[in-house]
Amino acid sequence: MPRMTTRAAACSWLAATALSALAAWPVAAQQPPIKVGFMTVRSGALAAGGKQMEQGMEYCLAERGGMMGGRKVELITVDTAGQPATTKTRAQELVERERVNAIIGPLAAFEALAIDDYIRQVGVPVISPSAAAEDLTQRKVNPWFVRAVGTSAQANHALGEYAAKDLKLKRVATIGDDFAFGHEATAGFQRAFEDNGGQVVQKLWPPLNVADYGSYISQIRTDVDAVYAAFAGGNGLRFLQQYAEYGAPVKVIAQMTTVDEGILKSMGKEAVGVISSGWYTATQDVPGNKEFAAGIRAKYGADPGYYTAGAYEACAFLDAAVKAIDGKVEDKQALMKALRAVKLEKGPFGEVTLDEYGNPIMTVTIRKTEEKDGRLQNVVIKTYPKVTQFWTYDPKAFLADPVYSRDYPPAKNLGK
Amino acid sequence: MSPRILPFIMVLAAMAMVPLVSTSPFYVNLTSQVAIAAIGALGLNVLVGHAGLNSLGFAVFPGLTAYLVAWLSTVGGFDPVPAALLAIGGTLAASMLFALVALRTTGLGFVMITMALCQIVWGAAYRWTSVTGGDNGLSGVPRPGGAVLPLERPEWFLWLCLCVLALALLQLGRFFDSPLGVALRGTRDQPRRMSAVGYDVWRIRFVAWMLAAGWGAAAGLLYAWYHQFVSPHMMAVTASAEVLLMVVAGGAGTLAGPLIGAALVVLLKNLASIWIDRWMMLLGVTFVVIVLLMPDGIVPGLGRLTAWLRRFRPAPAPALVPRERTDG
Repeated sequence: MPRMTTRAAACSWLAATALSALAAWPVAAQQPPIKVGFMTVRSGALAAGGKQMEQGMEYCLAERGGMMGGRKVELITVDTAGQPATTKTRAQELVERERVNAIIGPLAAFEALAIDDYIRQVGVPVISPSAAAEDLTQRKVNPWFVRAVGTSAQANHALGEYAAKDLKLKRVATIGDDFAFGHEATAGFQRAFEDNGGQVVQKLWPPLNVADYGSYISQIRTDVDAVYAAFAGGNGLRFLQQYAEYGAPVKVIAQMTTVDEGILKSMGKEAVGVISSGWYTATQDVPGNKEFAAGIRAKYGADPGYYTAGAYEACAFLDAAVKAIDGKVEDKQALMKALRAVKLEKGPFGEVTLDEYGNPIMTVTIRKTEEKDGRLQNVVIKTYPKVTQFWTYDPKAFLADPVYSRDYPPAKNLGK
Repeated sequence: MSPRILPFIMVLAAMAMVPLVSTSPFYVNLTSQVAIAAIGALGLNVLVGHAGLNSLGFAVFPGLTAYLVAWLSTVGGFDPVPAALLAIGGTLAASMLFALVALRTTGLGFVMITMALCQIVWGAAYRWTSVTGGDNGLSGVPRPGGAVLPLERPEWFLWLCLCVLALALLQLGRFFDSPLGVALRGTRDQPRRMSAVGYDVWRIRFVAWMLAAGWGAAAGLLYAWYHQFVSPHMMAVTASAEVLLMVVAGGAGTLAGPLIGAALVVLLKNLASIWIDRWMMLLGVTFVVIVLLMPDGIVPGLGRLTAWLRRFRPAPAPALVPRERTDG
């Protein structure tokens, strides 16, 4: 009886569907949302970066329909105001009051260091979307911390080699923000540059909040092949403008945030021709970036930059880890293990894996700032795949040395 | 004396009970922060409220102590308690030197010189990277304690902070009532007359300066133990201004004012921000309202408010006095 069979089949299908729905429904309904704490900066000097971070985060969650590993995500956003003490209290709020399953943030390195001990004590997985301080994944490895972006010096090693080998520069002066990020970036550049035969003959450190770069620019030697600039926030914009006003006697090579997309849109001719290195630029041709950059541009009307991509990547890390453990984020150890084992095939940074210290191994590009399609863009001219935080150096020897700083590695060629 | 200290005992007891009521250590830690800020504000109040010396560099005292204890107990290899004693001693010694410079001036000059001193120490902390860690600061500062006094637990740490706060209130309360405290207010209101009467104005001010430094150091020590991390941000001009704000908002020259001001600032900063995104604006608006309605601070303002309200209270009904019977 074919009719019966059909009916029976239909019945059993219906019953099976209903049963499986019944079985699945209560589970989905009972599972509380995954609570993710997100530390951004909405006030003070770092607020511009904080806003881009929020965009990257929002975009990532929207792309996933607000779900990770089959569970809804509840995002709890807090403003650290760029103050270490406030950051600590906000972290306590997230952990002790909101009982979050993971934290994405904070923005600045000194904020990340301020909560370093705390996250060790309470044991909550933290993914850094931008804080690049070297030691967080080197000499002071925190078992509860992974980084979605590189270290301060990670991309600058590549630039150092590129400047010496490809650009054939011999003598370079450096100028950079007088804080850890500037020190570490410059140190990485100097080390790789000098190891490849170059000489850093001058190092200048204007204070972070200096009003006018004139007195520093007038000190930059004109008998050098290039000046290396390492600026964060809006400082790159101001430096390049003032350097152009002084006639820009030598060409500029730069650390990634000096000509980041976040400030590139406010720049003019002065940025054209600057060669920089980094793990992110809106134009880079790695799997997944085209869609990401186009999506951000469509949604927010601007190219994604360092902070946008970093926050997106941190969110993608968490998503991948949550998927790997089937959404069971209550098991903190398992979540942390999954985070450390994250492998992303595509995304703004392309293919990414983490090293054993929790720092990404990723593609670093050398870019040249050009005017294209009516706006300034960083056009990729060379690609270094699978760059680690240790560059070509042996991790053991690298970690035995002191951390990069204003005075390390020592500059032996100053004044030559 | 006892009716005056009763409200303080009640407030401190209420703060000490927070761990018993609160379900999460967050509120316990927040109460510790209020207590630490209050100790600092009480110290600054000696200068601002009683000596008439407005300082915009108060953060140098807690900053120095916090850095010293952080350095001594991490890099220096000292145990937390000896490190703390050395840090407070070092801060007091440095404060004596600072006093030689700062106490030469009053008024605007004093504001500028204290700010400059704080900036010098801030600059050293920021620039002397090999010792202070630069803007990355020093982390991993150990708290003292052990099985008897588990200070790593939030409630025990809160109780330590409250003990120090109680000591500060007691010591400063007695000091303000003492002849020296009265003389200090004399130097604030009439320094020339005080000098003419034979008081050594400089020495009286020096005592006030050292008292401020001492309680500032205590606050800095607890700050370093609480956060287990120090960075130059705690000596930025904004940090000094925040303490000044606590004193001025609460009521300079009163004993309860700094406590209330500290609670207001810390809670607005850390509690209001949970529900309000624009918490910075709320902070600003609150202070504008305080300045407009109670220009001399909350405590004196409330005092005047109650006095004003009392005028509207109906006069007490005349007591019924049984009349003597006259017909008897």
